[in-house]
Amino acid sequence: MLDYELMWASVPDLLRGLVLTLELVLASLALGMLLALPLAVLRNARHPLLWAPAFGYITFFRGTPLLVQIFLIYYGLGQFEWVKATPLWTVLRDASSCAVLAFSLNTAAYTAEILRGAIAAVPRGEIEAALALGMSRFLAFRLIGLPRAFRLALPAYGNEIILVIKSSSLASTITLLDITGTARTIVAQTFAPYEIFLVAGALYLALTFVTTRLIAAAEYWLTPERRAEAAAAPRAGVTPRLRPAGDPSA
Amino acid sequence: MLRMGPFLSPSGREDCGRSGAILDLRGYGTQLLDGAAMTLAVAAISLLFGGAIGLVGAGAKLSRWAWLRSLAGAYTTIIRGVPELLILLLLYFGGTVTLSRLAGRYVEVDGLSAGVFALSLVFGAYATEVFRGAILAVPRGQIEAARALGLRRLAIFRRVTLPQVWRIALPGLGNLWLVLLKDTSLVSVVGLEELMRKSAIAAGVTRAPFLFYGAAALLYLAFTLVSTAALHYAERRVGRGFRSA
Repeated sequence: MLDYELMWASVPDLLRGLVLTLELVLASLALGMLLALPLAVLRNARHPLLWAPAFGYITFFRGTPLLVQIFLIYYGLGQFEWVKATPLWTVLRDASSCAVLAFSLNTAAYTAEILRGAIAAVPRGEIEAALALGMSRFLAFRLIGLPRAFRLALPAYGNEIILVIKSSSLASTITLLDITGTARTIVAQTFAPYEIFLVAGALYLALTFVTTRLIAAAEYWLTPERRAEAAAAPRAGVTPRLRPAGDPSA
Repeated sequence: MLRMGPFLSPSGREDCGRSGAILDLRGYGTQLLDGAAMTLAVAAISLLFGGAIGLVGAGAKLSRWAWLRSLAGAYTTIIRGVPELLILLLLYFGGTVTLSRLAGRYVEVDGLSAGVFALSLVFGAYATEVFRGAILAVPRGQIEAARALGLRRLAIFRRVTLPQVWRIALPGLGNLWLVLLKDTSLVSVVGLEELMRKSAIAAGVTRAPFLFYGAAALLYLAFTLVSTAALHYAERRVGRGFRSA
């Protein structure tokens, strides 16, 4: 059966891996969002010279495996001498920055599509109302359209965060010691795959569980009408039954 | 070596060799195509197994028995909350340990079995949710009408619900297929010689990694684009007669 002592012993190392996983995920999400916003706006543009490059980018990064993208950046770019000559090479030589770069470029494509859909889903009337108040198109987008779009995008973006957490395990393929990388190293030394991978899996499960809770909380806080409802409603268990109007027993 | 489909018809292979510089890829063009065929084979087999798991899983989630519902719930929650790569590694190394213990000597699980097993489990977990949603989306009145006609539960499922489930589930399953196609690249990590592994080998020998990973990327892109177009067509076709489709 399972060697529980070994499982316990692996926890500190795997927790160190968890820190790297978190760092990779947070850096990639931040960079990805930074890239996704202009991409989504370009993708919605009318001029082909504006939307076509964004469309090409999104199609490529959503249509190919993340593993290929990581290898293209980490191993592929080293093929060219001129890349090695640029100061960029100090970044591209480092596995963790390559992983962050690949994850960011990848999640930016998915996030851009999510944002695009959300921007298109903002009720037209709200933008019209803002324009009627004398706001410029840019101001109406910044103050009304974008905040609304972020709220509308949140559930889908939450899924994307979970996917980024899970795909961060691919960092282990380019020598990084994230949760998966650490687990693989320990398994290579102890050859106890069940014990170690189960602990690693439990860490990921905890991570995705906490994340879904956080997203649900964010959704709740960003929906004022739902919060107001919850505050106005009596506590569970003492909900009064609805009675027809004029019921004498009411 | 598994060979399949029109991608590797004998004439196609010769053409690739003869066309020289462009498709030859320094002599590794046919190797990459072999890998691509393996990629498609792994994806297709996992689609079949995973789809079957998904249908069973959806049935379990909608079951009258609470223990079956929670079993299916645990399956989908765990699989969907853990990286695909980790599941694959667990099955590959874990399978090797278990088989070796059973056989009393070192037996290594082959990458194909571990890969298909892992990808099917993952696909099945997501497909469970897709099928569950689709089964619930069949209008209740139709089930009641079928019961009023005297059909039994199994007959209702087979003749009323299931034929419509395919139509409703198609967009969801299509997305899962695209994810599956890309996830096959993970199996290269455990040594299966599919497209990604073949590219890595060629990249190592020729020292031209950008060329080969680029070629692999374009092949994957071709697969996903063709799939997307086919799915679009299929959705339109099964949706004919339905305004919302």
